[in-house]
Amino acid sequence: MNSLILIAVLLVLSAIGYQMGRKRALAGTGGQIKGLHSLPSYYGSYVALWCALPALLVIAFWLALQSGIVDSLLISGLPASVQALSEGQLNLLLSDIRNLAAGDITSKTPDPMVQAAAERYNDLRSTGFAAMVVVGLALGIGGLTIGWRAINPSFRARPRVEKIVHWVLILASAIAVLTTIGIVLSLLFESIRFFNRVPPAEFLFGLNWSPQTALRADQVGATGAFGAIPIFAGTFLITIIAMLVAVPIGLFSAIYMAEYASPRFRAIVKPILEILAGIPTVVYGFFAALTIAPLFRGFGESVGLDVASESALAAGVVMGLMIIPFVSSLSDDVINAVPQSLRDGSFAMGATHSETIKQVIIPAALPGIVGSVLLATSRAIGETMIVVMAAGLAANLTANPFEAVTTVTVQIVTLLVGDQEFDSSKTLAAFALGLVLFVITLCLNVVALTVVRKYREKYD
Amino acid sequence: MTDTPANDVAARAEDRSAALVRKRYRAERRFRMYGLAAIMAALGMLTVLLFSIVSSGLPAFTTTQVALNLTFDAGDIDPDGSTDPAKLASGNYRGALLKSLRAEFPGAETRKGRRDAINMISNEVTFVMRDMVLADPSIIGTTQRVWVKSSADIDQLAKGSIDRALPESDRRVNNRQLGWFEKLEREDRVKTTFNTTFFTTADSREPEQAGILGAVVGSALTLLITLLLSFPVGVMSAVYLEEFAPKNRWTDVIEVNINNLAAVPSIVFGLLGLAVFLNFFALPRSAPVVGGMVLALMTLPTIIIASRAALKAVPPSIREAALGMGASRLQTVTHHVLPLAMPGILTGTIIGMAQALGETAPLLMIGMVAFIVDIPQSFTDPATVLPVQVFLWADAPERAFVERTSAAIMVLLTFLIMMNLFAVLLRKKFERRW
Amino acid sequence: MPEENTPEEMEVTVESNEAPGATQAPKAPPTKVNARDVNVYYADNHALKDITIEIPENRVTSFIGPSGCGKSSFLRCINRMNDTIDICRVEGKIEIDSADIYDRSIDVVQLRAKVGMVFQKPNPFPKSIYDNIAYGPRIHGMVAGKTDTDELVEASLKRAGLWEEVKDRLAQPGTSLSGGQQQRLCIARAIAVSPQVILMDEPCSALDPIATARIEELIDELRQNFTIVIVTHSMQQAARVSQKTAFFHLGELVEQGNTELIFTNPVDKRTQDYITGRFG
Repeated sequence: MNSLILIAVLLVLSAIGYQMGRKRALAGTGGQIKGLHSLPSYYGSYVALWCALPALLVIAFWLALQSGIVDSLLISGLPASVQALSEGQLNLLLSDIRNLAAGDITSKTPDPMVQAAAERYNDLRSTGFAAMVVVGLALGIGGLTIGWRAINPSFRARPRVEKIVHWVLILASAIAVLTTIGIVLSLLFESIRFFNRVPPAEFLFGLNWSPQTALRADQVGATGAFGAIPIFAGTFLITIIAMLVAVPIGLFSAIYMAEYASPRFRAIVKPILEILAGIPTVVYGFFAALTIAPLFRGFGESVGLDVASESALAAGVVMGLMIIPFVSSLSDDVINAVPQSLRDGSFAMGATHSETIKQVIIPAALPGIVGSVLLATSRAIGETMIVVMAAGLAANLTANPFEAVTTVTVQIVTLLVGDQEFDSSKTLAAFALGLVLFVITLCLNVVALTVVRKYREKYD
Repeated sequence: MTDTPANDVAARAEDRSAALVRKRYRAERRFRMYGLAAIMAALGMLTVLLFSIVSSGLPAFTTTQVALNLTFDAGDIDPDGSTDPAKLASGNYRGALLKSLRAEFPGAETRKGRRDAINMISNEVTFVMRDMVLADPSIIGTTQRVWVKSSADIDQLAKGSIDRALPESDRRVNNRQLGWFEKLEREDRVKTTFNTTFFTTADSREPEQAGILGAVVGSALTLLITLLLSFPVGVMSAVYLEEFAPKNRWTDVIEVNINNLAAVPSIVFGLLGLAVFLNFFALPRSAPVVGGMVLALMTLPTIIIASRAALKAVPPSIREAALGMGASRLQTVTHHVLPLAMPGILTGTIIGMAQALGETAPLLMIGMVAFIVDIPQSFTDPATVLPVQVFLWADAPERAFVERTSAAIMVLLTFLIMMNLFAVLLRKKFERRW
Repeated sequence: MPEENTPEEMEVTVESNEAPGATQAPKAPPTKVNARDVNVYYADNHALKDITIEIPENRVTSFIGPSGCGKSSFLRCINRMNDTIDICRVEGKIEIDSADIYDRSIDVVQLRAKVGMVFQKPNPFPKSIYDNIAYGPRIHGMVAGKTDTDELVEASLKRAGLWEEVKDRLAQPGTSLSGGQQQRLCIARAIAVSPQVILMDEPCSALDPIATARIEELIDELRQNFTIVIVTHSMQQAARVSQKTAFFHLGELVEQGNTELIFTNPVDKRTQDYITGRFG
């Protein structure tokens, strides 16, 4: 919270800088705007930017790096015996120290080493914060002075300010690229660490998945097996079921909406259908687990089928329901993009509406429809909450939709939620699965987006 | 250039037409029916979904209270007779409560009977008693009739969710408790009230004390961070890409990249947050600030795409007019283009925020899935958010938590509907056709 | 309006009836399409007012007039293409071979097989050249088997004068042809179902002069077997291809009659102004 105050102070300072810059520019010409190169507000902005930008940037970096640096300083100050602890135990100790430092009650009476460390931790933090305040304010005032002194009536303030704004804009648009790079690097980095322990071939083609690793080194039968084929198969099975539900329903609703529905019907029903896309996936997950899964199991029992309570069918059907609007609204757009002249041409030949749709519109819209189905597939593969709540955990290699299967996303969640040391094979496996997920969905998206774009260009 | 073949065909066509046309019209009607059936199927499933949520969630908005005669025994609460608030606060209220229960429920003397009696009411009753004494010490030694909250099981019994006809072993309320409860009912000492607890507390292990306020505050803090980060950055990058960027390889890369980022599974953003924010920058786990940052990265593409569409919709003539007046490009954008595009940008932002509000998976990755009983006070406190709260409660086996899960979903959906409605109104109000 | 309108039309009709008798006119062709008091509304907009016209069989009739005068709207009434526009309402009577096409018993699908249409912009279906032609005959059940279809496709393409250019690439998409070829493909597509009337809505407006000349020749050839109605922007084109001309202005049919007469000796002041290029 204190850093918020510092930021507020800097903002006030830059507001003052704005006024000072304005005044100084106007003073140079005796209050005549005409004598200035740019409007007075640009001189103000110039000083304000000099005051705020460098300081805020430094503070941002400081805040991002501070806790890491403080932790490593703290650890290096601990006794050697403690430093030799495993990373997991060290993390536990660190969180104890942090809790104590924050004044929270710890589970046991603190031992003197932890007590001392907590004091040291508080010291380090307050020193760090003080240093940050000093550096931040110094940069702010320094920047203000530099900006202020540069100002005279012939100073070209507007181009300068616009140049800075231009760079800020470029920086903003680079964030999206940085995000992608961040995703790729973090997934790759952790995956490589995983593949150092488990060979990629075993991961990609192994048939056995049981990621428990030994708690103690001498434990028996818990080395963990990381063959991901059952997981891929489960993901595939659930995705297929979802698409079997979503594609016919989505496509036919899109056709009806675009071709048959009266404007009134469309105006009412289309937004209602789009509600499906706005419902959070956790709600679908709960619906699948609470209503659909018992329904299917009950139905299965009544006809003598053995349906697991976490069957692939229940998760797949509900996922299909969620995917419907993705298929239907994209296909609707695509069908509407088919030029009216083609419809007219077909009607003028004496074709009925359905003949026109089946033989002219669908073939014309096919690339776009394929694109929308691919995008929906990628959604289904990456969907997490429905399967976490309604599909199973056990990695069964089966094609039977009544059995429980698990998916890539379910495994990522189960491997990473809960307390565990960070660089066990188990947690690293989650990143390897994440990498596979990312690559597959990326390929689907790239293909789908290219197909759709080509299609749009054709009829634009 | 003979006309014989065409004429031949025409002659043949005349014979077959009538039957054929009937067949074609049947196909037409069938096809139309498929379309309608598909829409009805989707709407039907939506209705089932909403109905099942609402019907199972509505009971959670009420709670059952029972009137008990509570004896504020001086020997337990204030053995020294000192009326010192500090002493009073640490009195043995549980003892006093047990005595009252013994008087109230015949058969509560045995160990088992006592446990049954205690399980009739919420365990917050001792705190209620303490607060009453602190507010008015003069009630010590008296017996008061107080409406107290029942336990979750008794609440379910009162609402009829527990079938009284079931054999004792199959129901969560045993015969003794059922007898006591029916006695209270006969004496008109059971009432149903609005469940304020649900809206004023955070999570709890006890269903009757669990509320969503903690999650709502967590969601608000998280979304605030998301908005503060993604809105300016999103608008700025849209402005750059649409108004300033030269059309070259680099901007093509950014464009393709943004479109793909919009379709990356949300859980991957969670992995990014875990690897970069938690492990590399060592930011606190479970904190709204980290959740907000992850969600900001996730909503960024949505906002950029919507903003670019809004900017694109502003006709070039406006830009030309401003440039023609001698405005710089930045002035053109900030004075004319951006204000005209703002409604579209805001609509896109609200829709992005609504997505972020409903998002669960990436927050699981960064530890916002902990059991948190305190309402978060700052951006770095451990917190959870509404959808994660739904996820957590959905796991709990008690019937009372199923109810509360559905109720939390109703609250979440209400927020989402309000946000989307606002977006629609905004679009309606400022919609402009050039 | 009608009171003002009728006398003029009477006059013109009288004149056009006189004309064949006076000059050469061996025999007046029978009427194929007979429209009486047709009114068309788009929502509240009264787009066509009391149109009455007879379209002779095996002749080319052209509709001319400034843009937005309703000539295309009227054309689209003749095969009920206006049915596809929700807000459009048609009143009055249009008869083809003395049968009212707006009668309840008339089936649109069959009507349109009888009245083909060619559009302003070439609109080949996203299918092969072959399938473009075969589409109509197939949906109307006019062909049985492959050889039958092959024959019909070849005959239609030959009639449209496109056969020599495309016979080696029938499997290529229709959109791969040049603009003029696409338009002839659309004409071939229309005549494949052997309609009796072909409506052409500014068929050459998207084409270059050479392609236009080719289409105009084609229209002249087709006249022997089909009744053709063509909407055109270009008065020269109307003069070149048509035998009868009708001039539309602001939703009214101002003047109709023998093409030569309309162009050499218009009766109405507005027709005169349009033809001499004072507005348009």
